[in-house]
Amino acid sequence: MKLAQLGSRDFLKAVRPFVGLFVVLLLFAVDAELRSLFFKGGNFKTILTQTVIVAIGAMGMTLVIVSGGIDLSAGSLVALCSVVTAKLIEHGHGFAAVLALTVLVGGLAGLANGGIITAFRMMPFIVTLGMMGIARGLSKWLANNQTVNPDEPLESVNRLMDNSQSPLTFFPLPDGVWLALGLAVLMTVVLRSTVFGRYVFAIGSNEDTARLCGIRVNANKIAIYALAGAFFGLAGVMQFSRLTQGDPSVAIGLELQIIAAVVIGGASLSGGAGSIPGSVIGAFMMACLANGSGIKDWPNYMQEIIIGVVIIVAVGMDKVEPMLQRFFRRGK
Amino acid sequence: MPVDDSSALEPRLRVERVAKRFGTTVALDGVSLEVASGEVHALIGENGAGKSTLMKVLSGAHRPDAGSLTLDGQPFEPSDPLHAHNCGVAMIYQELNLAPDLSVEENILLGREPAALGWLRRGERRRLAKRALEEIGQPQMPLDTPVRSLTIAQQQLVEIARALVGEPRVLIMDEPTSSLTQVDTENLFGVIERMSRRGVSVIYISHFLEECQRVASRFTVLRDGRSVGSGAMSGTALDSIIQLMVGRTVDEIYPRTSRAAGEPVLELCGVAGLAKPSRVDLTLRAGEIVGLFGLVGAGRTETLRAVFGLDRLANGIVKIFSHEATRSTPAKRLANGVGLLSEDRKEEGLLLGRSIADNLTMTRLGPGTHLGIVNGTAQAAAAGKWMAKLDVKASDAAQPVGELSGGNQQKIALGRLLHHEADILLLDEPTRGIDVGSKAQIYRLMNELAAQGKALVFVSSYLPELLGVCDRIGVMFRGELSEVRPVADWSEAEIIRAAVGQADAGEAA
Repeated sequence: MKLAQLGSRDFLKAVRPFVGLFVVLLLFAVDAELRSLFFKGGNFKTILTQTVIVAIGAMGMTLVIVSGGIDLSAGSLVALCSVVTAKLIEHGHGFAAVLALTVLVGGLAGLANGGIITAFRMMPFIVTLGMMGIARGLSKWLANNQTVNPDEPLESVNRLMDNSQSPLTFFPLPDGVWLALGLAVLMTVVLRSTVFGRYVFAIGSNEDTARLCGIRVNANKIAIYALAGAFFGLAGVMQFSRLTQGDPSVAIGLELQIIAAVVIGGASLSGGAGSIPGSVIGAFMMACLANGSGIKDWPNYMQEIIIGVVIIVAVGMDKVEPMLQRFFRRGK
Repeated sequence: MPVDDSSALEPRLRVERVAKRFGTTVALDGVSLEVASGEVHALIGENGAGKSTLMKVLSGAHRPDAGSLTLDGQPFEPSDPLHAHNCGVAMIYQELNLAPDLSVEENILLGREPAALGWLRRGERRRLAKRALEEIGQPQMPLDTPVRSLTIAQQQLVEIARALVGEPRVLIMDEPTSSLTQVDTENLFGVIERMSRRGVSVIYISHFLEECQRVASRFTVLRDGRSVGSGAMSGTALDSIIQLMVGRTVDEIYPRTSRAAGEPVLELCGVAGLAKPSRVDLTLRAGEIVGLFGLVGAGRTETLRAVFGLDRLANGIVKIFSHEATRSTPAKRLANGVGLLSEDRKEEGLLLGRSIADNLTMTRLGPGTHLGIVNGTAQAAAAGKWMAKLDVKASDAAQPVGELSGGNQQKIALGRLLHHEADILLLDEPTRGIDVGSKAQIYRLMNELAAQGKALVFVSSYLPELLGVCDRIGVMFRGELSEVRPVADWSEAEIIRAAVGQADAGEAA
């Protein structure tokens, strides 16, 4: 009996983003045109590929948001790191070096975010807003204000996001999708079951309590922002692979999409709540909406409106549910 | 019937067989209560007895399912707290409900600003605020100061002043002294007496029976949503009230098994913080409980925080198990077996949104943690053990701590130190705002811990519990700790004199 109660509470929380996704898919299934074009293996391959950048960013952002912070520099860091990737390829580095160094650049930017936030007790919003401008400027400077197209493309990097192989079937999936899935599993375990993960939740629930419990709050926060930066760096590699060029003006506003995915996935902006699977599903759901709108040939503004409504509805469910319960109880 | 005749017989407020249920939970199951005009009526009961639900019914936040309310002979059916206030029933909540950045004046008239066509009438507002402060005997309170910069006691007075705007006939006070010191409490009692003389009826809710006895003329006891007894305060022994509250006899609130102080485990020599404390010397031995008494702001909490490494030390030496360990962090202190129970379990002590299991085991997420991965089963088992040991009422170890009652929350906060197996426990107001039953359990636990050879520092503003539980007591005044003497060497009056800085005057007299 007790076990069942324990299960149901966690179950409901974990299942909410999936329900949202299910509703979206159900609505798509009602429409004949979408039914025939959307629900195809090849199309899902496309959607998954389109999810990768936001999903990888969302993994880092989930850590930050669960710990009670926010990172607005995500989009700019993705652009910066896509340029860094291009530059590294231009210099003739191999796959491993390109990947490692780009992730390192992202991580260092995150380290700067976390370091400044903790050292000067500044609001994460302000510090990362500053970093957003700095990273954007750096990427333009580094790219000489134009796109960077390596003369000799590095096939292994380009393949990460290339879904053109057998476009009509679900498999084979591009490497980037597998990488994202693997990272999602890893980060789920990290956030849910490791001591570090518990500390992230503890800091987000109540920083003072975390300090009282002997948690090194500052060190953990720096680690959280650095790790998030590393994820944005990886997303930058994916961004490069998608366009096969480094573009300093790409991913403007991406941070908001990433935050939206995390929030749709059940995270609370006041910290202490959120999950990696939820955030990834949130990213996937937004990609589904974009893809479906594309198939229906809805204009861009329709997509924007729909995604806006979805964000409000998804988060509003949390508030509406108790209200409905109260309403029905009163009715009885 | 002419109104004049009946008003002499009618009580100011009559509550008759009020019932209220939420879903399947019966919160009130037939509560009756009568309060005469100008009477101070103590409403007593353990947490969960239905006091707050009754208050919410009276203040219009809940509608009763059955029963009736009568105010001065007229049916009283408040639809919301503002309506109740306009009818003359004002409420002062346990938690302060002030806007910290607004001024005293703005807070007093918040929501009832005098206005003409939407324009604020500032002069009128000032006049009303001044009058409210004069009524509670605080005309010197600065009107333009933001409430944030006042002490808790002053904030409480602002809250009372706010309740007095609009000439209430009944004033309900929920645990008004839970964060006040003895001196501030005395001031508050003066205010209550003054209002009572003016004919305002006061319903006074408190866990502190001694206070109820001091301030109230009559009482009603609630238990399990029913009113189980009422009478005149003066003719009733406290023990029989406690018996009514818990439904059983409380033979021993402060148990004390024989114990002997052992080796010194914590030594403080001239410890000073950046602002407070200014000088603390203390030797704490294994197997003893040392109490720290003092007014709010005397530096007791600051002493514990500095010793625990939460705040910086400006001066002095800290020795733990005879090793110098002055500079420190909470993490190092915990590693050395020192634990701190925060005075503020909601803001600092607990992760309200997280599970009982996480809260109990946060400082020691083991047993069973390997390579940084927490063993959830072992964690839940450990949590279950402490929940049983501490008699925590909760559905399971996964329940968020924020859903528990104050007493159970405090047991979780204390349980964390037990799970950590701390040898030196720094307890800051461990019984604040919790019910009598939980208090008794905590006293029992403290006695048990001391008997096991653990060392406890017990900070409290409630003298009877310090006298009941501690082996030795020290008094802090303006950041300085007095000589720490065995309980038998103190008289209650001496302790209070020391707390207000009159120790020498007392001896001379």
